Order: sequence, then C-alpha cells, then structure tokens
Amino acid sequence: MNILLYISNMIIPLLIFYVIMHGILQKVHVYDVFVDGAKDGLKTVVEILPTLIGLMVAVGVLRASGFLDFLSQLLKSPSEAIGFPSDLIPMTLVRMFSSSAATGLVLDLFRTYGTDSLIGKIASISMSCTETIFYTMSVYFMAAKVTKTRYTLPGALLTTFVGVAASVVLANMM
Amino acid sequence: MLNILWAAMMIIGVGWGMATGRMEAVTNGALDSAKEAVTLCITMLGVMSLWTGLMEVARQGKLIQKLTNLIAPFVNWMFPDVPNGHLAKEHITTNIIANILGLGWAATPAGLKAMESLQELNKKEEKGVQEHTTVASDAMCTLLILNISSLQLIPVNMIAYRAQYGSVNPAGIIGPAIIATLISTVVGIIFCKIMGRKR
Repeated sequence: MNILLYISNMIIPLLIFYVIMHGILQKVHVYDVFVDGAKDGLKTVVEILPTLIGLMVAVGVLRASGFLDFLSQLLKSPSEAIGFPSDLIPMTLVRMFSSSAATGLVLDLFRTYGTDSLIGKIASISMSCTETIFYTMSVYFMAAKVTKTRYTLPGALLTTFVGVAASVVLANMM
Repeated sequence: MLNILWAAMMIIGVGWGMATGRMEAVTNGALDSAKEAVTLCITMLGVMSLWTGLMEVARQGKLIQKLTNLIAPFVNWMFPDVPNGHLAKEHITTNIIANILGLGWAATPAGLKAMESLQELNKKEEKGVQEHTTVASDAMCTLLILNISSLQLIPVNMIAYRAQYGSVNPAGIIGPAIIATLISTVVGIIFCKIMGRKR
C-alpha cells in the first residue's frame, strides 16, 4: 500500500528526469523545444474552454435541479430486483458526468457504510474501472471539431455497464 | 448527438428545476459551473503546456518512437485506418500508455492531440474535392471507447481515499479493479471491432 503510493508519487518526477536526460543525450535543444511544445498545449486548452463551459453548466444545471436524484429514485426497485444496491445508483449516474462529484458521493458512501462493506467495495471497484463518459466525449470531439459521434456513445455506455456489473460480481467474491 | 444531448440536459434541468421549485439552486448551479470550468481550464493550461512541452522534447529525442514501436502491434490492430508513421499514432500511443499508468493529466492532452491528428485523416470526398467532415471516423470512436472503458491498472486515488476512510486493506481492490477494467476494455474492443467492420 505505502509502496504503491510511493511508486505513484515517483512516476512523474522520474518521467520528467528521464525525458530531459534522454533529450540531452540525443543533443536536443531541450529548453527551446520545450517552450515550442508548450505553446501547442496552450492552444488546445484555449480551444476547449468553450466546450468545457457549456458542458459543465449543463451538468451543474441538471444536478442542481434534482433531476438526478429523481432518476435514482425511479431506478430504485428495478435495480434492487437485479441485485444492484440502490444506494449506489446516484454515484453510478453522476460518475458518467463528473469525476469529482462522483468522488464526493463515494466518500459519502464510505462514511455511511464503511470502505470494506459490500457497498464500499462495489463503489471502489466501479470508480476504478469507469470514466466520465460525457465529459471525455465532448472535450475530445470538440478538439477534432466532430459533431456526429456515430457509435461512440452506445459503446461507452456498454463498457460502463459491463464495468459496473463486473464490480458487483467481483465485490461479492472478495 | 452532442447537440441533442446538451440541449436535453439543459432543458430537462431547467424544466425539472421549475417544476420542483429549485430555480435558485439551478441559477447558482449554472453560474458556479461556468466559473468552475474557467478555473479548471486555468489549472489545465499549466499542466497541459508542461506536458506538451515535455512530450515535444521526448519526440525530438526519439523516445516516443521507441514507445510507439513497443505497443505498435496493438495500436496497428486497433487503428488499421491510421497510416504508419502518421503523427496520430504517436499521440494515440502516448494517450494509451498514460492511461494505463493512471496519469490522467497526461492522457487528456495526448488524447486531444490524437483527435486533432485523426481529424486530418478524416476527409470526405465531394465532387472530387476533399474536405474535412464533421462525422467521427472509426479510429476516433475506437479511441474514445478505449479511453472511456478505462485502462488504468492501479486505481491510486481510490486506494488513497480508502486508506483515509479507515479501510483494513485499502489496496485490496487492486486485483478486482484490474479484472473489472480488463473485462470492460475487452468488451469495448470487441464492440469497436464489430462496429468498425460493418460500416
């Protein structure tokens, strides 16, 4: 556990060290090249800012309106019928829109049920094997200026569903 | 798709807020989120520039090429429409590796760059003239689905949260998380392969 956290803290500094060391050995003018490349990153961020504002406002509005709570209420009995704890529904839904909001809900679950309860375990695993669908999709496609996303959304929903289902099964086996 | 989705989120949100009398919360939600987006972008500006700068150094030092060669069989198989040696392949490789290592802050810049390069390849021919299209290519769909299926091997954040909230075995989720990630990724790959074939 501590070793893992230690390693993950080391990755970034070591990566920076390695890339620059390697660059110097290859006789790259590292600083000039770095500055040049950094400009590129600046451009990309500026281009996605409008997308981000649009999307985050939509998510904010949807959450503040209480619609997501209503949706989880609605899904309560069907989900219990298939063995999915209904307390996990809000987190699973929010996860598709916002990583930080979902993390907040998971920490709530940890506080209420404990990290090592079945719900705590399902939440931990499913957070680890899913991504924020709508955020990722809109930011990526906006970078490419693509509006027709074809089979991306069905595929994304499918992998998320499979990931959550696998989490439930695996948590029950732990 | 995104147009409809975005509009639906806004309209449902405002409509629902009106029906349940939460208009004040909705107003605050909208304004706060707009502010949050800018804050996020400002944070991202630094990280993104640091990363793209560093990656440019890695590219000119031929480091990315080595990595690309390493996972080339997988990338070639997943993205058959991207020609060898095209910049998109380098970005896709960096994106995948950053995802596997859990470097979210590095995966996004590489992913965005990959999408930009993929769009250069994404042209439709109309009356003999080639022009860029607004329809996603198979490669784009595949890249998105791979990213969303989550490739991260070790869920460091979750482990840290679990430790913070008193778990007896915070890292105990690593095994199950790897299995769940593998399953969802494999399903995503199969889905992309099926959809990419029928066109």
